[in-house]
Amino acid sequence: MSAAVNVSGSLRRRLLLQLVGSAALLAAVLFFAVLGFVRTVAEESHDRILLASATSILDSVSVQAGEITADIPYAALSMLGNVSDDRVFYRIASPAGVLTGYADLPVAEEPVQPRQPLFETAAYKGEAIRAVTVSRRLAAQGAPVAVQVSVAQTRTGQAALLEQLFRSALFLGVGFFVLASGLAVWAAQSSITPLRSLTEAISRRGPKDLRPVTRPVPAEMSPLVLSLNSFIRRLQASLARSEDFIAEAAHRVRTPLATVRAQAEVTLMRVENEDNRASLREMIRAIDESSRAAGQLLDHAMVSFRTDSLERQEVNLTALARDLAERLQPVAELKDIGLHFQSDGDVSIKGDAILLQNAVRNILDNAIKYSGRDRTVRVRTVRNGGWGNIEVEDEAGGFAGEDTEALTRRFVRGANAGETIGSGLGLTIAREVAEAHGGRLIIENSQTGAGACVTLCFPLC
Amino acid sequence: MRHALFSALLTLLAFAAAAAAGFEVEERHWIGPEDGTPLRVISTTDTAILEPLIGSFLEEHPEAAIEYTVANSSEVMKAVLEGQEPFDVALSSAMDLQTKLANDGFTRPHRSAATALIPEWGEWRSHVFAFSLEPASIVVSAAAFSGGEALRTRQDLISLLRAEPERFRGKVGTYDVSLSGLGYLFATQDARTSETYWRLMEVIGSLDPQLFCCSSSMIESVASGEILVAYNVLGSYARARRDLADKIIVIDPEDYTHLMMRSAVLLKGGRQPGLARSFADHLAAAAWSQPPAANYPFAQPPVAFVDSASPKRPIQLGPGLLVYLDAEKRRRFMAEWFSAVRKH
Repeated sequence: MSAAVNVSGSLRRRLLLQLVGSAALLAAVLFFAVLGFVRTVAEESHDRILLASATSILDSVSVQAGEITADIPYAALSMLGNVSDDRVFYRIASPAGVLTGYADLPVAEEPVQPRQPLFETAAYKGEAIRAVTVSRRLAAQGAPVAVQVSVAQTRTGQAALLEQLFRSALFLGVGFFVLASGLAVWAAQSSITPLRSLTEAISRRGPKDLRPVTRPVPAEMSPLVLSLNSFIRRLQASLARSEDFIAEAAHRVRTPLATVRAQAEVTLMRVENEDNRASLREMIRAIDESSRAAGQLLDHAMVSFRTDSLERQEVNLTALARDLAERLQPVAELKDIGLHFQSDGDVSIKGDAILLQNAVRNILDNAIKYSGRDRTVRVRTVRNGGWGNIEVEDEAGGFAGEDTEALTRRFVRGANAGETIGSGLGLTIAREVAEAHGGRLIIENSQTGAGACVTLCFPLC
Repeated sequence: MRHALFSALLTLLAFAAAAAAGFEVEERHWIGPEDGTPLRVISTTDTAILEPLIGSFLEEHPEAAIEYTVANSSEVMKAVLEGQEPFDVALSSAMDLQTKLANDGFTRPHRSAATALIPEWGEWRSHVFAFSLEPASIVVSAAAFSGGEALRTRQDLISLLRAEPERFRGKVGTYDVSLSGLGYLFATQDARTSETYWRLMEVIGSLDPQLFCCSSSMIESVASGEILVAYNVLGSYARARRDLADKIIVIDPEDYTHLMMRSAVLLKGGRQPGLARSFADHLAAAAWSQPPAANYPFAQPPVAFVDSASPKRPIQLGPGLLVYLDAEKRRRFMAEWFSAVRKH
């Protein structure tokens, strides 16, 4: 019954993809945010050092004897050298012209307001530079003069720093992503765990286990479990109805059949004509077959009902088998069949005596039914390890390479059934009883090869 | 072997090209095979000093020859700035000028296993590569100081000069900072480091000092007894003069001793960039391998010795050196210096 399921996608995979996707998005956002932040910080700190340098140069500018002169402090430029190995340029200018430094430095020609430094990015001598210009008013020869100081530095060191920061931010982003992905796998795994455990619990159930699911499940799964339980209930009701119907039908058919058979027997005694007698015998045979089938259907319904609510009591298998053998002795003797019972001691299990009796009787019935005259049927109870066995061995020819498993299915009959009356339910009943008790039914050829050996195995308590 | 190689041609071309170029050349040599690929080196270092290193370089590069031009540091600067002659490598003791060349974009960067040997303070942005570490020392006459006067710091020197002005009048020498780039570098670094320097200059200035263009002439003047004390002389040169060892005493002041680094830069205008890199590597490997190459001409740079606790510290390469090259700053410094030294 493992029909293919129409699978469309996977919850786990979808969840995983969504979580990993969000992680990737967040990692990218983190990466760019950190990068942007450190870039700003790096640029600002570089600007601040440039400003400090320019300001200290500006402070050294003074008017001496009416002339503007500058005495650049050593630290003004060496502080830039301490930060990075970058090239440094400077210029001190007044409206009259460039006082000293790199005259062609591409910085603001426009007057810069005092205390409002102007930062610029430009290209100079084949490299990108960052420049700051600061201004100050001096009084030279009685007139105010605005002196502008510019300090510029190439950005190789800053670029190297940014590259390093870029790498750090990248590691951070990648690390975040890897960690988040790991957590996503875990989260996806754990969120489908209840579903998986419910599935396992249901698929572990026996074929007849139609109890509702009572285990606790997450809220999201309760509609599913509710539907499942309702489905199980309906299935159970439907099964019970059909069993009831069969049992009812069998019961109703059996009683009139007994009347018809009795009438046929009476008629047979009265009829002289040989042809008519043969017809009547054929009729009686057919009636027997029908009533037996009806009986077995009833048995089967009874077995189904009792196994659904199995009552376990101490049952002595030896006594049970001996009792049955004795009861069937007359039937066996009618066919000149020797029915022997053997036992190596009491074998007891926990179980339903009526069911067990029914199972053993069906097997014994079969053995007697299929055996020819002057054959022997042996019943044995054996203790075998943890198992208590009832073996029924006949000399009815056995199975020639047949599928013995198939014989236990409903309404399947062996190749040698021939004219023998039977419904094909006997071994099914025996197997269902065995399985209801946690045991199994083994059908094989006997060791002598003369017939079959059917064994009911039950776990000992 | 080595002699065979570069005795092949050693032509003195001194002053030949000087007129054509806008800079002053002291001497010019062709070292190596006549038809060799020429590596053009302009240097402040005398040929004789670097000859062993050049020889071993040519042994490794038999296809090459070196045209070695000697000029003083400001002329080296001028030669590069004018760019009339396509020099490949500039070697100079003027760290400030080398730094300016690198800062103003006249040099090529270079990184290699050999440059990785250079200590962090001996290299600037992979453009300036130091290959020596030489102290700015005080050289005194052994005859005049046989009495065993303690002369360990600048303060000692000041006290001595003040105590006996008549003995030292006209007998003290130092660099003329307007003539020598190295003298200017030493003077500016001194001025930056300690106020003692200006007091020393005031004292020297009161003694009618002699001003020199270069270390070697100061050393010879001390040896001859013409002067008794020379301040800020290249200690490496003085110690290299084994012939004068008993005539002069070389003192590295204990208050502080600046260490000048001779350095190489690879020039953008050069025609043999590959050979130039090899040459820089050769110099760096010779100087900074432990131990240095056998033919390395300077005293082994005391790399392990250079730390914050030591009074010997290398002049720091970097943009700080550009400050005293500022025309305005230089004008002010010169004025101040000459007013101190040329008082009388």
